[in-house]
Amino acid sequence: MHESLETSAQTPRPETAGGLPAGAARDGGQLEKPAVEFRNIDIAYGKFVAVRNFSLAIRKGSFITLLGPSGCGKTTILRSIAGLVDISAGQISIGGKRVDDVPIYKRNIGLVFQSYALFPHKNVFDNVAFGLKYRNVPKPEIARRVSKALEMVRLPGSEKKLPSQLSGGQQQRIALARAIVFEPEVLLLDEPLSALDANMREEMRVEIKKIQKETGITAIFVTHDQEEALSMSDQIVVMDAGTMEQIGSPEQVYETPATAFVADFLGKANMLPGVVSSVDGHKATITLSAGQAVTAVSPKVLTPGARVSVVVRPQKLSVGASVPANKLAGRVVSTSYLGGSAIYEIDIGERTIIRANTPIDGKVAREGEAINVGFDPAGCVLLDEKGLRIA
Amino acid sequence: MIAGQHQDKEGRWAWRLTGFITLCVYIFMFAPIIATVVLSFNASMFGGFPLTGFSLQWYAKLLSNEQVLTAFRTSMWIAFVTAAVTTLLGIITAYALVRFEFPGKATFGTLVILPALVPETILGVGLLVLIKAVDQPRSMGLLLLGHILLALPYVVLITQARMVGIRRTYEEAALSLGASRISSFREITLPLLIPAVVASALLAFTISFDNTSASLFWRPAGVETMPTQILSMLKISISPEINALGTVMILVTVGIPLVGGLMLQGLTRLRKRVDAKGNA
Repeated sequence: MHESLETSAQTPRPETAGGLPAGAARDGGQLEKPAVEFRNIDIAYGKFVAVRNFSLAIRKGSFITLLGPSGCGKTTILRSIAGLVDISAGQISIGGKRVDDVPIYKRNIGLVFQSYALFPHKNVFDNVAFGLKYRNVPKPEIARRVSKALEMVRLPGSEKKLPSQLSGGQQQRIALARAIVFEPEVLLLDEPLSALDANMREEMRVEIKKIQKETGITAIFVTHDQEEALSMSDQIVVMDAGTMEQIGSPEQVYETPATAFVADFLGKANMLPGVVSSVDGHKATITLSAGQAVTAVSPKVLTPGARVSVVVRPQKLSVGASVPANKLAGRVVSTSYLGGSAIYEIDIGERTIIRANTPIDGKVAREGEAINVGFDPAGCVLLDEKGLRIA
Repeated sequence: MIAGQHQDKEGRWAWRLTGFITLCVYIFMFAPIIATVVLSFNASMFGGFPLTGFSLQWYAKLLSNEQVLTAFRTSMWIAFVTAAVTTLLGIITAYALVRFEFPGKATFGTLVILPALVPETILGVGLLVLIKAVDQPRSMGLLLLGHILLALPYVVLITQARMVGIRRTYEEAALSLGASRISSFREITLPLLIPAVVASALLAFTISFDNTSASLFWRPAGVETMPTQILSMLKISISPEINALGTVMILVTVGIPLVGGLMLQGLTRLRKRVDAKGNA
């Protein structure tokens, strides 16, 4: 925890003995209350249901990312924690306290926007001090904490500057300082990197993660960028159409996607539909719709005749002489040379295109060339007819 | 080469013509104003050229004309109250129209600016007919109400345009930092809205101060505003006193917005200087 936490005594949270939520009691009662908990929330705008039956408990001090395409409801969920949108059903708790009826300005949350939203008519000091002022922190203490927060975001001495005198990256740092200086219970980040250019984005990614670790604050991060999600998060919640598709560590959601949507959205996995033709214990032979057959390791014994999809990441595929198993004959449709590696699009018949991202071994295959592509039987995931992972 | 020269020549002539027409337009627009101002300093008894000498006698005469002074005072305070009331109403209306969704919002928005589209005379007669229908006498209150009605659409339009430009995230940020809705309006929205507030207050003042036709319908018996006073003086004679009065009118309607604008600019500059000083 960050050391300045000791000075946060001016806003004592009433901890009533009987006020433990059912959720905490269910987990044994003695366990730490989740920093944020959603229980079966629905959020509707008129007739349009943006979020449906969403439940999630977020551990204190963790970095959670809500990942999904635009319109999937991730921002709506974030805004519901802040109290900027009303939920139509269910309940939200922050630090074990229900906040359904608590107005935004009493929720004690830090909010960082995509557009920075620094007050243009106030200088950096007044921007960062804003939250402290409304918490009746004495003036010398405000000055001390503001300068400390500015140091943390590596912009010390910028107190007197106006936001218009700062670059986009600097503005977002100030916005971050403003959101954490009063030690909120949760830090909400609404696509904070999207407005920055590519170089700055990567730098801020590291910076935000570092500050989150240093302060030990619970952070909820919304993005549509899978790289951001994979590199920063403790846990990723993949969302689509207002519902949760999968929750897990970056490795879990990437390596073992729970649904066809997750497999496609994260890393554009190849999805090869087929039918189980023979089974040998956990090894199944699958005849692909493209005509050729592959072997895959399944966690569950499959029944012949079942319709499945074989999901393989482009990085798990090899081409040419280095193919270990599951050799599929195809023809190169396109080649993207990336220096150390190349991305091939290979037609394996019936207009089924496989994308392979492999290190270059010898000669780069050109368009139109015949080529073998294959993968390790254990290097794939199987989805059932409904697009759910077979586990 | 020759074609190029030809084109150059043509271009030059086109420019000259444009310049000439522009000059004519400006002369046409400003000559009457200049004539009024110049003639107000003329020593001659007759309000016309040629000038016979410089004199301030007509201004002195104005200052001793009790009727004119009363009309000036009336116009000033009506304009002042109109500016204050319309600005306040305008801020509230613009805020509601931009920030909230409510049934009938579009209709409401149109209705607010409708008085700006209806001819003033119609509006003048209309309000009078309404007052007669409910059997009320013409009063100062009615005159004031009429001026508010006339100026409000412009105030709403100006404030609304600025309000649209103030991103909602500023207010959301203030709320998330612990400011109540009123505090965030006072500390964030209002300061960002100030240029529009000042501009619309000045415009409302001017609209009220130099309104003639509608005021003719609405003023109570025996009450004159500056424009109606000038009009009634013109009925008697074209005296150079009217030129002096006209110059005063021009000074007020042009001067007040100008001074207001300069003050706003000075204020911003001062704040910047204070910030810069703190920086160094």
